[in-house]
Amino acid sequence: MYPKEMEKSIEKVERNREERLHRLPERLKEKEKEELLLKWHPDYKPEAKRKIKVGVSKNAIVPNEVADLIEAYPLENPDEIDLSQIDYQADVLIIGGGGAGTCAALFAYYNGVKPENILIATKLRNGDANTMMAQGGIQAADKENDSPLLHYLDVIGGGHFANKPELVEKLVMDAPQIIKWHEELGVMYDKSEDGEMITVHGGGTCRRRMHSAKDYTGMEIMRVLRDEVRNIGINVIEFSPAIELLMDDEGKIGGAVIYNLETDQYYVVKAKATIIATGGFGRLHIQGFPTTNHYGATSDGVVIAYRAGAILRDMDSVQYHPTGVAYPEQIVGLLVTEKVRSLGAQPLNCDGEQFVHPLEPRDVEASAIIRECYGRNKGVITPTGMRGIWLDSPMIDILHGEGTIEKRLGAMFRMFKRFDIDMREEPILVFPTLHYQNGGIEINSNAEVLSPNGVIHGLFAAGEVTGGVHGKNRLMGNSLLDTQVFGRIAGINAAKYVINRRIGKLNMEHVKRYIDELRKERIEEKRRAPMILPDYREKRVLSRAIDIL
Amino acid sequence: MEEVRIYIMGKEYKVPAGLTIMKAMEYAGYRYIRGSGCRAGFCGACATIYRKEGDYKLYADLACQKTVEDGMHLVQLPFSPANKAIYDIERVKADDKTILSFYPEIARCVSCNTCTKACPQELEVMDYIQASLRGDIKKTAELSFDCIQCGLCAIRCPAEIVHYHVAQLARRIYGKYVAPKSKHLEKRVREIEEGKYAKEIRELMNKSLEELRKMYNERDIEPGD
Repeated sequence: MYPKEMEKSIEKVERNREERLHRLPERLKEKEKEELLLKWHPDYKPEAKRKIKVGVSKNAIVPNEVADLIEAYPLENPDEIDLSQIDYQADVLIIGGGGAGTCAALFAYYNGVKPENILIATKLRNGDANTMMAQGGIQAADKENDSPLLHYLDVIGGGHFANKPELVEKLVMDAPQIIKWHEELGVMYDKSEDGEMITVHGGGTCRRRMHSAKDYTGMEIMRVLRDEVRNIGINVIEFSPAIELLMDDEGKIGGAVIYNLETDQYYVVKAKATIIATGGFGRLHIQGFPTTNHYGATSDGVVIAYRAGAILRDMDSVQYHPTGVAYPEQIVGLLVTEKVRSLGAQPLNCDGEQFVHPLEPRDVEASAIIRECYGRNKGVITPTGMRGIWLDSPMIDILHGEGTIEKRLGAMFRMFKRFDIDMREEPILVFPTLHYQNGGIEINSNAEVLSPNGVIHGLFAAGEVTGGVHGKNRLMGNSLLDTQVFGRIAGINAAKYVINRRIGKLNMEHVKRYIDELRKERIEEKRRAPMILPDYREKRVLSRAIDIL
Repeated sequence: MEEVRIYIMGKEYKVPAGLTIMKAMEYAGYRYIRGSGCRAGFCGACATIYRKEGDYKLYADLACQKTVEDGMHLVQLPFSPANKAIYDIERVKADDKTILSFYPEIARCVSCNTCTKACPQELEVMDYIQASLRGDIKKTAELSFDCIQCGLCAIRCPAEIVHYHVAQLARRIYGKYVAPKSKHLEKRVREIEEGKYAKEIRELMNKSLEELRKMYNERDIEPGD
């Protein structure tokens, strides 16, 4: 059910569907891609970014919204925090209870750390993370015609050759064993009757290596890992994000200060190893874009690790998923999984014409859609003035047989049906949406966090909070994989590290030094970070809010 | 702007028509700590129950996926207390008694179908509980697959069953023991362990940017399906 004006455009889509069915536009040549990106990708707008003024990656260029958090003062004055009382002691503290953090906890346990000595501190609930929302799949080169070498090429080509090779190596070489581990835990991957994984392409892949569990892939992985954490009895503290890291007198990380969102109390956590797995920055709404990300994706880990000396890399690069919902208004910006295109739905303009191959790498695909809407004026305009292009979803059942959408895209089907749109019958309207933090804090292949002087002892990181794995553009199915590969590596190495670790006297000198630097750069004391949660209350309400309780 | 009246835990607010419950509550001035997760229908954090004026029924849905209606009286259910069975997945048996032994309360199901009516995913919840009672692991796993574990079924159930934990156990047993193993996966894992790609990947890592570009641009692409 679409408004009349939009229905007119749908008629054009329907008219030439048959004729388009097995015809696709050519994939773009390297030079064509470059030109398209340069002119239309939001990342290439210089006014949306700036050099950061402080810290070890001073002068690095990042989106303004990230710079605002980097150039911000701590939530609490370090002198006000009493480190003499330790509230929790752990061998391994994991900050973040999403895919990477939960995986890290399990591997710390497998490698000898007792469950009672592992602590997951997480901002929302265990599993409230982008992992839960990852629909399309997870890549692994496990088919006969595929190899980790081809996977490697896809990753670095898609990432514009800016990736850190040692991390890509781990990503592609460890992928099959991750899927195997999931299989052993009982993750229900889509398989044919003889056990062969049902795999499809993602944008920019040269082999069909996208493994999935319907279009609930991330949810299925996440709920199994969480169930396992509960079976083992690993401690989880929910609604308690970390607001600062702690150091000891040898300059090693010795835990974190976490904050109970419900009682406003802080806790001091002393830990022999700390793993940051806080995810990405979608809720910063870079350049005002809507986002696919979960409520807590505010880049807190980048902020606190940076104060402790972690290098930032590729933070200038933001992933806009080509296909966020553009209609109906209630769900604008939510993800329409790439799998919709993998299964054959073509992107079409308001006249029902093809304008780009459906499976270019994400940044290229997104740029082509933006160009179609704003460069060529061929977008479909919604009643609220938003522009979008069609994804011709009815093609899927025509190509693969009736029932395919319900069976393999159940989540998408359900989401649109809730708003009276039947994607089996009518196409769906999409526009790029803020999706992923391509860069982040730099790690080595042991998932140890790096400073300009080498490894920051006692600090590990995994998942979207890190940079280097995906270069300047991540491919579909490599983020779930990233969380699992590097979550595992972080868990294993943290378990090794804690064996001989003695923690000295805890302090927050690094935070005090950071404050000095901010003052020296004459940065006003009006911004505070980490953000913790976005605030969506109406301005009308906030303008009359008073703080008396 | 067309407005509707909603009652958040009994207090009236006027909000623009067409918003989801979640956005309407934020519009009214509420800031979430609990009760908001993925905001996209995947995490089950925003279970909400409501009644409509002049209607005796109690409805349940997700705040992030349900549009407000005029006269809606609502409250969120940010947490549902539920006991989960603890098990070692390596040791459980894939037989027809397993689920019942971990969750004997499923035998208390009176087939009232309240769970099914409460499910915001519109799953056949009662049917999968009945399947699990019969020891049909496959059916329980398949019928429950789209479960987002919001807890609405469990909180409404007169037999006090925790459906979503029952289903989780069934799916894990199915995925681990019943579903056929992937042979190509096992083979590839073994090949990597035996070092099949170790040398080649090193060579690839040491290639110049130019060589890599060439290889990338010239790689053959498997046709789609």
